[in-house]
Order: sequence, then C-alpha cells, then structure tokens
Amino acid sequence: MVTTRATDEDRTDRSAVRTLLRLWPYVRPVRLRLFTAAFVAILASCLALVIPLVLKWMVDGPVADRDPAGVWLGALCLLLLGFAEALLFGLRRWLVARPLAGVEAAMRADLYRHLQRLPVAFHDRWASGQLLSRGTTDLMLLRMFLAFPLTFLLVNGVTILVGVIIMLLQDWTLGLVILIPAVPVMVTCVIFERRYAAVARRAQDQVGDLTTVVEESVLGIRIIKGFGRHRSQARAFKELSRTLRGTELRKARLLATIWGVIVTLPELAIGAALVLGTVQVADGELSAGTLVAFLSTALALRWPVDSIGFLLAMSQEAATATERYFEVMDETPETEASQRGAGLDRCAAPPRGVTSPHKPAAENDGIRFNDGIRFHEVSFRYPDAPADSPSALVRIDLHVRPGESMALVGATGSGKTTLTALVPRLHEVTSGRITLDGADITAMSREQLRSLVAVAFEEPTLFSASVADNVLMGASDGAGEPELERALGVAQADFAHALPHGTGTQVGEQGLSLSGGQRQRLALARAVVGRPRFLVLDDPLSALDVHTEAAVEAALREVLADTTALIVAHRPSTVLLADRVALLSGGRIAAVGTHHELLRTNAEYAHLMAGTEEADR
Amino acid sequence: MTATTTAPGKEQPAEEPESRRPDDPFDQDVLPTPPGATAALLRSLLAPMKARVAVTTLLLLLQQAAVQAGPLLVAYAIDSAVPAFRRDDLGPLIAVAVGYLLCALASGILQYAFILLSARVNQDVLLDLRGRIFRHAQALSVDFHERYTSGRLISRSTTDVESLRELLDEGLQELVTVILSFVYISAMLLWLDLGLGAVAMASFVPLYLLVRLYRRRAARVYTLRSTAIAAVIVKFVETMNGIRPVRAFRREAANDADFRVLNTRHERTNGDALLEMARYVVGSRLVANTAVAGIVLWGAYRVAGGTLALGVLAAAVLYLRRLYDPIDRLGMFLNSYQSAAASLEKIAGLLAQTPSVPEPKSPRRLPALASEHPGREVVFDGVRFGYRTGGEVLPRFDLTIPAGQTVAVVGSTGAGKSTLAKLLARFYDASDGRVLLDGVDLRELAVPELRRGVVMVTQEAFLFSGTVAENIAIGRPDATREEIEQAAKAIGAHDFISSLPDGYDTDVRKRGGRISAGQRQLVAFARALLADPAVLILDEATSSLDIPGERAVQRAMSTVLNGRTAVVIAHRLSTVEIADRVLVMEHGRIVEDGTPAELVAGTGRFADLHRAWRDSLA
Repeated sequence: MVTTRATDEDRTDRSAVRTLLRLWPYVRPVRLRLFTAAFVAILASCLALVIPLVLKWMVDGPVADRDPAGVWLGALCLLLLGFAEALLFGLRRWLVARPLAGVEAAMRADLYRHLQRLPVAFHDRWASGQLLSRGTTDLMLLRMFLAFPLTFLLVNGVTILVGVIIMLLQDWTLGLVILIPAVPVMVTCVIFERRYAAVARRAQDQVGDLTTVVEESVLGIRIIKGFGRHRSQARAFKELSRTLRGTELRKARLLATIWGVIVTLPELAIGAALVLGTVQVADGELSAGTLVAFLSTALALRWPVDSIGFLLAMSQEAATATERYFEVMDETPETEASQRGAGLDRCAAPPRGVTSPHKPAAENDGIRFNDGIRFHEVSFRYPDAPADSPSALVRIDLHVRPGESMALVGATGSGKTTLTALVPRLHEVTSGRITLDGADITAMSREQLRSLVAVAFEEPTLFSASVADNVLMGASDGAGEPELERALGVAQADFAHALPHGTGTQVGEQGLSLSGGQRQRLALARAVVGRPRFLVLDDPLSALDVHTEAAVEAALREVLADTTALIVAHRPSTVLLADRVALLSGGRIAAVGTHHELLRTNAEYAHLMAGTEEADR
Repeated sequence: MTATTTAPGKEQPAEEPESRRPDDPFDQDVLPTPPGATAALLRSLLAPMKARVAVTTLLLLLQQAAVQAGPLLVAYAIDSAVPAFRRDDLGPLIAVAVGYLLCALASGILQYAFILLSARVNQDVLLDLRGRIFRHAQALSVDFHERYTSGRLISRSTTDVESLRELLDEGLQELVTVILSFVYISAMLLWLDLGLGAVAMASFVPLYLLVRLYRRRAARVYTLRSTAIAAVIVKFVETMNGIRPVRAFRREAANDADFRVLNTRHERTNGDALLEMARYVVGSRLVANTAVAGIVLWGAYRVAGGTLALGVLAAAVLYLRRLYDPIDRLGMFLNSYQSAAASLEKIAGLLAQTPSVPEPKSPRRLPALASEHPGREVVFDGVRFGYRTGGEVLPRFDLTIPAGQTVAVVGSTGAGKSTLAKLLARFYDASDGRVLLDGVDLRELAVPELRRGVVMVTQEAFLFSGTVAENIAIGRPDATREEIEQAAKAIGAHDFISSLPDGYDTDVRKRGGRISAGQRQLVAFARALLADPAVLILDEATSSLDIPGERAVQRAMSTVLNGRTAVVIAHRLSTVEIADRVLVMEHGRIVEDGTPAELVAGTGRFADLHRAWRDSLA
C-alpha cells in the first residue's frame, strides 16, 4: 500500500491538463449543457463586441448626417443587442447552475461512498480534516473551475480573437498598437501566478497547522488548564499566526505586482492608440466614429485579456484539487472476498454495490457446524509499521468454544485491541486464518461476517441520531421496542428513559452530550441488542463506577451464557464474566486457562490481576 | 435544533448534572449576543488601524481618479486635439499623450501600493481577531468547554474567520471600488453634460431596488445553503471519525442513504443560489444596457442637433460601459458580506462570554511550606456548588484535608466526585464559600502559582501533536531529557516508550505512533509527576490502566510524590487501598468518611463493595 505523491516542482501545465481530464466521467452527463452554455457565452461576448460597431455606424452615419430616424434605429439596435446580451449571459448561468451543483454533489457522494469502504488502516493514516477538505473546499473549487475558467478560457480566447480581428479590420496600425502589451501581460501573469500558486499552497499548509493548534487547544483544554499552560499555547499560536501573516503578505506582494502590470500596460497601449488615432482623425485618414468604436472595443477586450492570468491560476488550483480528490479515490477499497491464496475455488467476489436478493455465494459453504471462534497461526503487522519493528501479533492459536466466553488479558500494549479488530475484519490478518463455526472469515462477505459478530469498542462512539437508533443499529431490521428495552436493561442504561425525550433523545455531536460512562453503556447495549452469535467486547466497562459495573456484570452474565464471546479485560471483575482466560504477552498467547488456574500457575497473570510482585521485573 | 421542541421545565435526570439542559442557550449555535456586539467588535478591530485605513482609502481615491481620467482625455482628444492638430498646434496632443501616460503609470503604481497596504491592514485585523478568539477560548472556564462542543469552537476560529478574510480580501475592496467609481463616473457625466449625467443617475434607482431585492432573496438562499453544507460536514466528519463502529455495524448503506438526502439538499440550495445570481445578472444587465441605449439615443440626437460635442458623447459612452461593469461584482460582494456578517455575529457571541473563573487582579502568593513535606493543606470552607442555570450539585459542606494526606473519593456516577475535584483544581469556582490552599483562597492565586500548588490528571489522556518527550514536558517545560525519562521510569512508562520507533522522539501523530489508551494515561501521569505539585488530583486517571500499571502509579505516588496531598477519584477499589482516608459520596453529599480499614470493617456500602472485590481476587 504505497501512496505516491507527485511533487509540486515537476508538475507542468501539460500534466495539469491531464489531471483535469480525469474529471471527464463526472462532466460527461452534463456535457451537452456545458457545451451549449459555452456557445451561448461566446455569442453573448461577440454581441458585446458588436455594440461599438453600432456606435461607429451611428456617429459616422445618422449623427454626421443629422438623420433622426437613423439615430432611433441605431438606439433600437443597441437596446436589442443589450437585451440579447443580458439574456444570453443569464441563459448561460441558468444552463449550468443545476448541472454543476449536480456534478459537485455526485463527486461528493462518490467520495463519501468510497471512504466508507476503504480499509480501517487507511483511516488510521488520514485525519478526518484532510478528508473533509477534499469533500468540501476542493469540490467547491472544481465546481467553480467548471463554471468559469473552463468556459471562459474558451470564450475569452474567441472574444479576443474576434475583437482583434474587428480592430485590425477597422485600422490595422491601431490594432497592432493595442496588441503590443497582450504578450507581456500574459507572460507576467503566467510567471507570477505560478509563483503565487506556490506561496498560496504554503499559506494553505500554514492554515492547516494553525487549525491543528486550535483543535488541540480545544480538545486538550483540561490538560492546558490543569497545568496552567495556556500562555505557552497562546505563544505557539501567536507564532504560527504571525508566520501565516508573513506568507499572506508575500502573497499580496505578488498579487500587487500582477495587478500593477495588468493595469498599467494595457492602459499605456490604449493611450498610444488614442494619440495615434487622434493624429489619424486630424489627418482625415480615420473617421471619428471609428476611433470611438475602436476605443470601445479595446476597452471591451480589457477584461478578457486581464482575466487570462487568474483563469489560468484557477485552473492550476483546480488541477491541485483534482489531484487531491483522486489521491483518495485511487485507494483500493476492501474487496469482498479473500485475495490471499484462497484462490478461485471459493467464490467470485460479488460486484460492489449489488443489492440483489441473492445471498452471497459464500454462504453456501458457510456455517457447517458449531465450532466457535478459532485463530489458526494468526500473525499481524500494521501495513504502515516500520519495516524493522516486530509484528503486533505472532502466530496466535486460540479456540473459543461455542457458547464460551473467553477473556483476553495482557499488559498495556500487548496487542489485545489489535486482536479483537481482526475478528470483524477491521484489519486483515497478515498470515494464518480465523474461522467462525468452521467458516473462514475471509470466505464470507463482510456484510455477513459483521452481522454475525457484534463489537463494543473501547472508545464508545455514538452517532448523531436518537438513543434508540444508536442502540438498534446493532440489531436486524425488524427489531423494535422489546429488543431495545432488553438491551438497555442488560447495559444498565435505563438513564435513557429519563433523558428529555426518552430514547428518542438526539445524542452525538448534534445532540445531548453524555458522559463517558453513559456512552459506554449505550455502546454495550448496541453490541448485545441483536443477540449476536459472536460478541467482541473491548474493555467494555472501563468508564463505569463500581456500583454500575457490578450491575452490568450481573446482567451480562445471562447474555454471555449462550454467546461465544471474546472480552478484553483489565480487571478481575470483568475477567470473572468469562469461562476461560487467554493471556496475551508481547503479541503471543502465553497461557490459556480459568481465572483461578492462571492466578495460581502463571506469575505474569497473577501480576496483571493482583499486582503481586512475584513476577520479577 | 433539538432544544426548540422541548417542553420547558422538563425534568432533568437527577443522575446526570453534567448533561446539557434542553433550554440551555448552549444548544444553539449562536450564543446570546448583546445587541450591537457585532458592530462593536468590528469597530474595536478597526480602531487601531484608523490612520492606515485612511491612507488606504486615499490611495484608492487617487487610483480611481487616475483610472477614470481616460475617457475624459478621449473627449479632449476628439474635441480639442483634433482641431488643434489640424491647425498644426501639437500642444493639446502632447498634453493628451503625457496625460494618458501619467494616468496609466499612476493607476498601476497606486494599485500596487493599495493592494500591499490593504493586505497589511487585513492581515493585522485577522491576526488580532484570531488571537482574540484563541485567548478568549483559553480563558473561558472548563464548564463552558463542557457545554460548547469542540466542533463549534473550532469552526469559530477557522471557517468563521475565513469568511471574514474573504470579505476583507475581496469584498471590501470591491465595494469601495464600486462605490468610488459610481461616484466618480456620475460626477464626470454630470460635469460633461448635466442631462446625460441625470439620465445615468436615474438608472441607479432601479439598480438600487434590484440590489435590495437580490440581497433579501440571496440572504435566504445563502442561509439555507450554509445550513445544508454544515449538515453535510457533520455527517461526513462523524462517519470518518467513527469508521470502526460504522464498519462493524454495517452502516455503510444506511449512511449512503442519509448522506444522499443531505447532499441532495445541499445540491438543491446550491443550484438555487447559482440561479439567484443568474437572475440578478440578467436584471442588472438589462437595466444597464437599457440605460446605455437611452443615453446614446438622446446624446446622438443632440449631437445631430448640434447641442452636444461628439467627443463628449464618446466619453459618455466609454464611461457608461465602465459604470455598469462592476454591478456583477456588487452581487458577489453582497454574498461574501452576507456570510461574513453571520460569522462575525457568532464570533461576537463567543467573545461576549465572560470567563466564569477569572484571574485575580491582585494575586497573592502561597506561604512558604510549613515543614519539609511538600504537601499543602486543603480546606473547603462552607462550599456549595450549583450551575448558573440552576440545579444544585453539591449542597453546602466543609472538608479539611491535612497536608500530605491521600484521600480516595468513591461513589456512583453523578454523585459529585468530579465536581469536588474540579473545584479544588479551580476548573470551577464555588457558588458559595471558599476553597483554601494553606489558608489562601484559590481565587487569589495567579495561574502559575496555582499550578505549582494543584495539578489535576483526568481520565481522557489527550496527546498533543509532537513527540512523546514534548508531551511529558508539558508538566514542566524547562525539564531536561533526563528528568523526563526519570518521570517516565517512575511511572513504568519507560519500557513502552523505548520500544516506539524513535523512543522518546516518536511523533505521536505519525506512522507507527500507535499508542493505546492505557499508554496515553501513563504519559499523562508522567506529565503530572514532572509538574511536581503540592496537591495532586487524579480524576479516574487509571481507568484504562491494567493493574500493574496502576500499581506503578501507586508506587510512584508513595515514593516520588511522597508527602504530597493527593485526592484520588477512583472507580476501582484497588486504587483505594493506598489511601489514608476514604470519602464515599452520594447525591452530592459525603456520606462516609474514614480510613479504609474503618470503612471495610463497618457496615456501609463501601464495606459491601470491598468484600465483593476481594472475592474476585481469591
């Protein structure tokens, strides 16, 4: 799993184009609208160029001839052209408004869909803020790119071409004078925009750093206050925000230079054309109307010329955004069936997203007999672990008999949580295999596997939904009030009824904030509500006080009587829930037995459970 | 959202004083903002920049003057320079040439200077605002942070500041340019020809009405859109942060469906906003182009009639095109203004919160230690605590903890143990009564002095980005590497830290830096050990430790921290064993108080629990 990132230096305009071409699949459905809109925009721009010609005609014709009817006709033409221009510009926006919002939404939905299906190891590596900025700012940039630069690079190109032709036709010397600054302006823009893009990217990174400090100072507020460190935090923040200010000012300097050039050079050319034109008019080589028309056209072309620079800059940014987007989209999602060695004899992976009523083929060779959970020589190392570090788990052989509860005990950092994450395939074993009732977990679909195994995590996460929804998440679709009540009862989570809206109360980031102990009990209720065949509990009672813990244990005992369970435990009281105990030491299973056996025979275990000093450390 | 539908006065579960009340103002995203606070904030941000803002405005005035002089020179060229040239008088033509050259250079240079200076002003305003939000958030007490979710606080100092930045960077300059060019051009037109100028000014009326209409409609659409994107963001972040339960409980498809609803809503409002802009563009262009046609008609008529010079008409037409060009940009300005105003109001609401735990104006110092013991005496003198919104958590009580004593506090969730600890750490201030440290009221101690006196370690062991060593050094920033390692060794954290890829220099946020919940708690302890306070409070600080880890902590407390006063809140009875004294709390009251031996021997709840626990070890 290697992520290759293109370095900023070797990115050329050509590759920016190639990057942007990757957007085609999303643009394809709206291509007709987009092309029509571009065509309409070209039409509108050209209409705007016709207006000075009408002016010329009026000045040189009816005005000079004192012909009132001609003046009326000219004004009517202007009015009609003006209306047409306004409506066409509106039409362009109307044509693309909904489709482009649609493209943005489609890309966001795809990103979300894809991210949900990427391996957990991916999410370990990527901060959610990084993913979020791809789903929001980057996509917004892309929508703007499709709406403006993509269309207007074309439109302005055509407009400039037409305008220049018109000017050259009117008076080729003046036309050439006007054209002189076009090249230096564009070159300056391209050069400075590229530098600007680099500085802008640096500013973006510094904003990210600043955000990190803000985030941490909020999340770690108790530590900062507890140690009276808010002054040093403020200092760090100040330093970073000063650096950011410096970068922003550098950005402003570049911007000021670009604008200085953009404002001055064309203005100089227009001035030169004016002087030259005046001489020509005086000599009678040029009509006054032509000069007026010429200068109007020159003015009308100023924006298209000026804008090339920032349109290119926006395109560059859009290319970066596209790259960032596909950086994530190119990660391979979890595939349905095993890729390791299992071969073709098992079953072909059902295509992603198929919601057919057929059961996955794997179920046919699925549960054959009651066998419980079995680890066969399971080894695991994190995909991103440094090459020289030891594996997290080494050749684990463990059998949890059907209906049996097995406690998993080990010192801090011995790999208990890692081991439990392998059962629902949140991580994939590096070698060896795990079977549930005889069926290899890699042979069944994740959907099926995870409907068999219910998990309560050490970090109890509730989603923005009602208490009932959060708990019933763990049950099959038909479950309702009775199941909910039972689960809340087991987890001693009856406090839910006393919440403002009972079990309908919204919790999570958007709702009522609950204490750690309350969240843990709801997470436990979620794990037991579906009466799963297999239950994995990762230190499920750590945040409970002694009184509640005792009550939960009493209720859990009944649930565990007929469930095959793996329970990570730190405390004798939790261990006593289990029939047997496995001792995990340095990523290996060191001993298996009942609590009392191990307490007597295994020094490390006695040390872990009673804190006795026999274990010579 | 949830708050509005709640019947007022609905009873709050007695067990959970810490959960947010349904009628709590913190349920809303916008804190109650005193009227005028937003304007006052803006004023106070700009006040120190007065001089520079004035200079910036002057630059812009001059720059506009230079830019808008062009058509005037055109008029002069056609009406004066052409006839003069025909008389072989080159003067006016040279004047035109020089004038245009100067205008071009001046407008370029002034533009450059303006951008630089205004960027400086903007960045200083932002620096100031960012600093204020940060310092204020840090100064607000822990109970505020417990109610105002971290997500909201973070978006105050990120996205809300960002939208102000957009307004300052793009919007304000646009607005000023638009207004200035309106004024200039109108003046020029009026000067060139009163009649033509008056017609152009008349077109401002429908334009103004249009802008007002757009502003009203856009405000609605943009509010809907920002609400829609906020919902998308929340769903997105929640899914990614909770990816393990999402996977384990097979929520992918359900989430896709939920997300589709939110995403579609955003798509619709997004389209609405774009269409609103399209309507505005059509409307403003129609008005502008009609006005141009009307003015040209009248002007041409008069030129034909000989009452208007041709050059004046040409200049008027050139001005008119410039006059109506910035109208589109006015629309964009209104957009950024809309969102910046909303953001600024939220920020003003946050800044208007007064810290409920203020620093003392004239701090006192702690007396010198009475004996060679490093501990200090703690006295709760007639202390009562309730939330400002009502609901008593701790009824009035007195408690004295002699210097050097280790006190364990036990009791069920919501019994008030944590509140007691937070009062002692001065995370909260008592509603009535005083908390004294060696006879000095905690409220009279400056923060550094207070933290030499009292340090609290909580259950949630948050690690800051940086190395493990840096995280431990938070306890005492000037500690040497040796002292850091000493602290880690004392707490039993040295072994696991050494086994990390870069040992003490491992970055906790980088690859390979996986640190379990228990290990994080050990780091938190090492921090406290390094801080070496007179009073140490442990609030369920051992919940994720295994028993040897807990023992190591206890050993450290009896050796390294020997003689310190300690308050230990524990769920585990094993923690209680080392205590000199045990307090059992229930419903905010201390119901049992004695040595562990006394309580075990007694008949209270503690005795029952202790018996059950001993049995589990047998």
